[in-house]
Amino acid sequence: MAERIFTRTFHLPGSHTLRVYRETGGYTAIAKALRMEPAAITEEVKKSNLRGLGGAGFPTGTKWSFIPKGSTAPKYLVVNADEGEPGTFKDRYLLERDPHAVIEGMLIAARAIDSRQGFVYIRGEYVQPWRIFSGAVREAYGAGLLGKNIQGSGSDFDIIIHRGAGAYICGEETGLISSLEGKKGWPKVKPPFPAIKGAFGQPTIVNNVETLAAVPHIINRGGEWFAGLGSKTQGGTRLYSVSGHVVTPGVVEASVSITLRSLIYDECGGISNGRRLKAVVPGGASAAILTADEIDVTMDVDGLKNAGTMAGSAGVIVMDDTVSIPEALMVVARFYAHESCGQCTPCRESTGWIYKIACRIVEGKGRKEDLDTILDVAKRGAGTTICAFYDGAVGPYISYVEKFRDEFEALIRSGGGA
Amino acid sequence: MPAADPRHPQLSPEQLAEVRRLQSLYPDKRGALLPVLQLAQGTFGYISLEVEEYVAKLFDLTPAHVHEVVTFYTLFFQEPKGRHVIAVCHNLSCHLMGAKTIIDHLKQRLGVEPGETTADGRVTLLSVECLCACELAPMMQVDDGYEGVLTPEKVDRILAGLG
Repeated sequence: MAERIFTRTFHLPGSHTLRVYRETGGYTAIAKALRMEPAAITEEVKKSNLRGLGGAGFPTGTKWSFIPKGSTAPKYLVVNADEGEPGTFKDRYLLERDPHAVIEGMLIAARAIDSRQGFVYIRGEYVQPWRIFSGAVREAYGAGLLGKNIQGSGSDFDIIIHRGAGAYICGEETGLISSLEGKKGWPKVKPPFPAIKGAFGQPTIVNNVETLAAVPHIINRGGEWFAGLGSKTQGGTRLYSVSGHVVTPGVVEASVSITLRSLIYDECGGISNGRRLKAVVPGGASAAILTADEIDVTMDVDGLKNAGTMAGSAGVIVMDDTVSIPEALMVVARFYAHESCGQCTPCRESTGWIYKIACRIVEGKGRKEDLDTILDVAKRGAGTTICAFYDGAVGPYISYVEKFRDEFEALIRSGGGA
Repeated sequence: MPAADPRHPQLSPEQLAEVRRLQSLYPDKRGALLPVLQLAQGTFGYISLEVEEYVAKLFDLTPAHVHEVVTFYTLFFQEPKGRHVIAVCHNLSCHLMGAKTIIDHLKQRLGVEPGETTADGRVTLLSVECLCACELAPMMQVDDGYEGVLTPEKVDRILAGLG
């Protein structure tokens, strides 16, 4: 059984309270970090091979090191709690069950990047997580862990909780920054990257909830320990959100190098109702689909990249042999059409047209050229937009059609479109 | 109560103090636009064009900027909503676990299509993208809370419990 880091206190009553967090070793890492040089904190995180757990998988310590050295400008730490990738729900668990780990991770990150101001952007639909997290922040202020002169260190740090208002694109870090600035959540052209010019024009680091929750453990137990839990290029365990046709859906903590097969069959009891596996989406809706015979892959960023898909947010959606892949494509295509922010033409137009084509295929009105049209439109748009949203849509568009082409063609033929 | 009239919006002195407090939290007061719109929607029920103009003045923004923001986000309502909002997830995991059955059942029980409000103003029904509670699929949001592992019978019990 893998080491439990993120979930170690999930089973305890009151795991969200300061008392239980402290009783289980909480806020000892910030005490240690306050005695460390900021650069040494970043080095330790680099050593840990922690990679961003929101979706992009960028090395966290490296990201922190992009903050300009010696700059006297205000620097902002922004927590991306705008969980929205279909199939993902692990940040909700952390906000509700271990909010102080996120706060402590923020305090440590803030010291590393010399920030005195943090924003936590929580999706608007997360009312209960917001209430619990807000309570934890109040408790932390009450205990002198936030605010002025934290624990007599001379350092200040404030947390502002900012609620989103319903838009998937605000999970994209520059879309999130636009939203935080009081605008619609349009992503921004990079460069400049947020570390140079981010929220309100100042150097900004945007980190995912789970990423920050890992940081106290890395400081307490060392970067090498964390690195040793994972693969060569990615450290740690992580939280997998497993849903769909498995016996026990839910959040599973396991090494980043667990295989997809083991995750489904050992950790989640296999396929429900005695059915057979047909396909799996391994890293949230935007990851390319894998067929039943492609699950002997490790779940780390590079393992899934080599398998032609991505680790993304580790949202694992399992489909049994009753599932219609054309219908599944229609459902994800509806999502991308709805959530495209409309800024870049290839994304705005392609997501809408591919949804329309998917709908007519499912309705039995597909045309024989439709599949090649989907592939052509998808491939032409890839890499032409400001943010990664459309590239995320292209993963499912192409993989669903290419890997299950026979099923699509049979449906088109049955409707007379052959 | 005139103070909560979305056609003639006016926040109370206490609420205006809260607006100023929210604005002071951000390096640029415009950062408080979403929180203030949330406050306004909580007060007036929805964001009318008049509310947009009112909020724009509080921020020295154009009404067009506020309108652009309001129409971008799904949680801002531009017309009156029901006393309860039921938002059923129709994304992939919920689709696999039977979201369509749940949505069809709610349509039949409430007599409305997604996007509509019952004639008595009790419930607005929505069909929405992933709410990130896929382990509970099929699931829905009822006002502030999540309800999952839904069956038509469970939906009936939830409906019966709504005021």
